[in-house]
Amino acid sequence: MAEHFDVRRQTGFATVAMLCFLLLYLPIGTLVVYAFNDNDSLAIWKGFSLRWFHVAWNNTLVIESSIRSFQIATVAAALAAISATMAAIATTRTKPYPGLTFKYAFINQPLMVPEIVTAVALLIVFSRIKIWTGYSGLGYLMAAHTAFCVPFAYLPIRARLESMDLSLETAASDLYATGWQTFRYVTLPLLWPGILAGLMLAFVVSLDDVVITEFIKSGGQDTLPTYMLGQLRRTVTPEVNAISTVFLALSIGIVTAFFFISRKRT
Amino acid sequence: MRPAIEAKGVTRIFPTAGQDVVRALDNVSVSIGENEFFTLLGPSGCGKTTLLRLIAGFDFPSAGEILLHGQDIAPLPPFKRPVNTVFQSYALFPHMTVAENIGFGLKMLGRPKVEIEARVDTMLKLVRMEAMRNRRTSQISGGQQQRVALARALAPQPKVLLLDEPLSALDYKLRKEMQIELKRLQHETGITFIFVTHDQEEALTMSDRIAVMSAGKILQVGTPRDIYDKPAERFVADFIGETNFITAAITITGNCKVRATLKSGATIDATVAEGFQPKENATIVVRPEHAKLTTGKGDLSGTVETIVYFGTDTHIRVQLNSGEAFTVRQQNTRSAGCGFQCGDKVGISIGNDAAQVLRD
Repeated sequence: MAEHFDVRRQTGFATVAMLCFLLLYLPIGTLVVYAFNDNDSLAIWKGFSLRWFHVAWNNTLVIESSIRSFQIATVAAALAAISATMAAIATTRTKPYPGLTFKYAFINQPLMVPEIVTAVALLIVFSRIKIWTGYSGLGYLMAAHTAFCVPFAYLPIRARLESMDLSLETAASDLYATGWQTFRYVTLPLLWPGILAGLMLAFVVSLDDVVITEFIKSGGQDTLPTYMLGQLRRTVTPEVNAISTVFLALSIGIVTAFFFISRKRT
Repeated sequence: MRPAIEAKGVTRIFPTAGQDVVRALDNVSVSIGENEFFTLLGPSGCGKTTLLRLIAGFDFPSAGEILLHGQDIAPLPPFKRPVNTVFQSYALFPHMTVAENIGFGLKMLGRPKVEIEARVDTMLKLVRMEAMRNRRTSQISGGQQQRVALARALAPQPKVLLLDEPLSALDYKLRKEMQIELKRLQHETGITFIFVTHDQEEALTMSDRIAVMSAGKILQVGTPRDIYDKPAERFVADFIGETNFITAAITITGNCKVRATLKSGATIDATVAEGFQPKENATIVVRPEHAKLTTGKGDLSGTVETIVYFGTDTHIRVQLNSGEAFTVRQQNTRSAGCGFQCGDKVGISIGNDAAQVLRD
């Protein structure tokens, strides 16, 4: 029994692992392949074509909802990253005190509360505000997305802050840097990869949100995911495959870009 | 000697989980002169780093004053004190080049670019790092990082430079080199250096004066010679170098001079520690190299127990007839052995100027 326990050598481990990967990536692979299908049907392969990419590109609804998605995601990710950075500094650059754990939980609340609950709650609040102010623009969606993006931005930023050598900030203050200068010239540059990670994560999370968006959007405020959901209720064509494929390529692009940026930084 | 830094009754209390408190510093008073190489020496947890942090402004005293040229700086934040620190971990900014690191302090002070550039050049020359100007701090060796940390702390021309065990991360040879380098820098810049270390050899070789600390208190302040030859307390004598403790009856003969009657009956002259309260039996310290082994009758007598060869000298441990142990250190020569063997009945003669009476 003194033998070293290696989980990789257990019977069936490799099989289960391969099955998991298959289950994860096979549907995505199929989706991408069928985006190039020259047929009206999703399931029957006829031949290679970029036809559905053209269709999607010329569909003004797709373009408009894409632009809307990016507008919301950009604003939400930026606001979430800023709030998350402030929250992370406030919760790490302090002596531990009773209630700190509660604050962590409070900040990360959107991760734990079922999305549907948040969606209904926001719907009720926003409909009130709509009546009072008469404003019915994209602001509501941006606010809602910012709210649920904060924990996604907060986690990598906090991790980065916690792993940072505190003596660097002490050294800066020893070398005549005020609190603000220390942040500007030492903390922020070193925190930057964390903030970037938080920004990307928040952006991606906002980009593919369906539940909350579906609940609180006004008429004509479809984002790309809610538009696609609407499409699926009618006739399904490989157009959704084409849109998804572009989406996928974009996400991979963002993640790769981030990987290289963060590696260069550290 | 004009004081650069004075601590007056400084106490720092840390609360603990229970009702108790830890007195990291307990009513510490010390005066450190201008242009002095001053060392705070003590084991870990003695409060030396706490005192350094209070002077730097990273922490604030629970009671007492810290004066810089007569002005109380205890309430000031670190960035308002003309005091810079070399950190144990160096704490170099990893996202900046060597030159940017060195220029950081002056940049924060809002000095013009031309002045910063010129100063950085001077500092690079001072620590002999001109070639590394545009390197990242991760691309240079530990010894080089040490030099950059020194240059960075010296660049704004502080009134006092604090060094928190800066040599402990270096290997033996590099450490010896940096010790000489530090002395040279202190001499050339004329800045007061306050050096924290737990290495007694480092303290003895580098310092103008040493403060020996234990359990939040300064036990003795003096030149390396004073500390080594005239320790005031048992802790000081024991912490610095090797030593022999023997008890003896004391009769005061003059100012700072006593006559001590040893258990063997022999009497020797001894100097007395400051603050010694006259009492009948006191502890006397004699350094192993200040005593001589003789074949005849000495001031003490006993039996040779162990003989250990150390290259430059031989340590001979003698079991005294009174029951105490006593070590004698004897210079080696090439041709002859030490001249004694285990089990030999020997005498020990203590020189005229070898014994010091402790106050505790």
